[in-house]
Amino acid sequence: MDISVADVEHVARLARLELSEAEKSLFAGQMGAILGYVEKLKGLNTEGILPTSHAVPMENAFREDVACPSIGVEKALANAPDRADSFYRVPKVIE
Amino acid sequence: MDIVDQSIHELHRSLKAGEVSSVEATRAMLARIEAVEPQIGSFITVTAGQALADAEAADRRIAAGRMDVLTGIPLALKDIFLTEGIRTTCGSRILSNFVPPYSATSWEKLKQRGVVLLGKLNQDEFAMGSSNESSAFGTVRNPWDTTRIPGGSSGGSAAAVAARQATATLGTDTGGSIRQPASHCGCVGLKPTYGRVSRYGVIAYASSLDQVGPLTRDVTDSAILLGAVAGYDPKDSTSVNTPVPDYTAVLTGTVKGLRIGLPREYFIAGLDPDVQKAMDAAIETYRQLGAEFVDISLPHTDYAVATYYLIATAEASSNLARYDGVRFGHRAEEASGLLDMYTKSRSQGFGAEVKRRIMLGTYALSSGYYDAYYVKAQKVRTLIMQDFMRAFEGVDVILTPVAPTPAFRIGEKADDPLQMYLSDIFTIPVNLAGTCALSVPAGFSSDGLPIGLQLIGKPFCEETILRAAHAFEQVTEWHTRKAVI
Repeated sequence: MDISVADVEHVARLARLELSEAEKSLFAGQMGAILGYVEKLKGLNTEGILPTSHAVPMENAFREDVACPSIGVEKALANAPDRADSFYRVPKVIE
Repeated sequence: MDIVDQSIHELHRSLKAGEVSSVEATRAMLARIEAVEPQIGSFITVTAGQALADAEAADRRIAAGRMDVLTGIPLALKDIFLTEGIRTTCGSRILSNFVPPYSATSWEKLKQRGVVLLGKLNQDEFAMGSSNESSAFGTVRNPWDTTRIPGGSSGGSAAAVAARQATATLGTDTGGSIRQPASHCGCVGLKPTYGRVSRYGVIAYASSLDQVGPLTRDVTDSAILLGAVAGYDPKDSTSVNTPVPDYTAVLTGTVKGLRIGLPREYFIAGLDPDVQKAMDAAIETYRQLGAEFVDISLPHTDYAVATYYLIATAEASSNLARYDGVRFGHRAEEASGLLDMYTKSRSQGFGAEVKRRIMLGTYALSSGYYDAYYVKAQKVRTLIMQDFMRAFEGVDVILTPVAPTPAFRIGEKADDPLQMYLSDIFTIPVNLAGTCALSVPAGFSSDGLPIGLQLIGKPFCEETILRAAHAFEQVTEWHTRKAVI
């Protein structure tokens, strides 16, 4: 299957990835080969077959709505690359 | 027998008899790690101080008469399990500085039993790989031949057991990541049924496929560790609330009358002759033990790899969206705004294989392709599951090779992702079906590389495959062989 560099750029944008020119052409070729391989699924008749999203037959898992202790602000922020008070700090969003 | 060579149950006997202390066993393991680590590279982090503190606590517990079979046993975990206060990288640069604020349930359960944590094990980045070459912390080498891969993604977990760097380890298996490295390194690797072990605190790759399991020296240890980590967990709503049996109690050594299915789609022309020979010998062994063989068909086998690489990558692209440089992990230094910060952090933090899979998954989920790729794959998954359910109407277990060849050479498939993906052809269907399977040592290739045998069981029938593997182990000596390093 043909995957162009433009296709790769489009998908990379959706995935929030920035690729070098070399990566773009490498991925175009590799994704083309892999997507070409998965084309074989198209030859299989799946009419009337329900999709499986979960391996074990299961209804919704409900629990009582009870408040439990959480890990707390300090632990939650301990890995923050940048913080201010009890918040994560990020680069400016609005110009 | 040397301490480092002992299994969990053997070391337990020594600890119980007072022949050795947990501190002595732990020191022996740490010395072994130091000695062979330059050649193997199984560990990302060695927690020597923690290990000795754990061992002292275990010795006090043993002295107080409060020991069980895992107390004082030195174990190591794949670096995908969150360990509170201990760096957890998942083999990725993006998490190279991440110290989790809480622990995985499976690790919590082991900790309560008084095990000793030796460290965190190398793996393919985010568990994406079949060779351990995608780790940001270096390739692990196969202890049987250091020019070869140990398998992946739990490559460090298997190599550490084979190289005698830990008594046993935990890994995870999404498409074969416990069984394939176990096969390549000559240890026992078990992937339990989906839902049998909690995934809470296990870094997610493909959530509908991921499962936690043990890598061990023998089947008895596998039964011990599975029993320790299995069970319902309110923190993982996909864990299943069925009783956990005593898995060691079923290891009777008998398989008389057991019906074993041989799927014709797995015994294909291209199978490596040494692997074929090991399978033939194993079948003969089981026949002599009184098992019955049934020819079966799993007709959709040929579609499994394609199905897996759509479903797993789609789920991965969603799961890995959380690595954005905001709350934890690597953040790019120079960014022109928030979006640029996300993009740069991810692009710097992820390696090539992870990027490739995120890209594939994003493509399969993107507008215009969702039905053609993702939903189609989910439908084929249904057909693959039905294959197994139908086969299990007539047999108790299914016997197959784990991998089409013994361990390949480092670098051999590194430039061809599709060839790499196809090396998981015999393990992937089990994850798609959600059922359980294990790898048990079943022979060696002509050049001395281990070959594993896969036994696939019905959902939640881990007892049956453990019993069958144990019976095989009783009459073979493959698991007793030791890599020379």
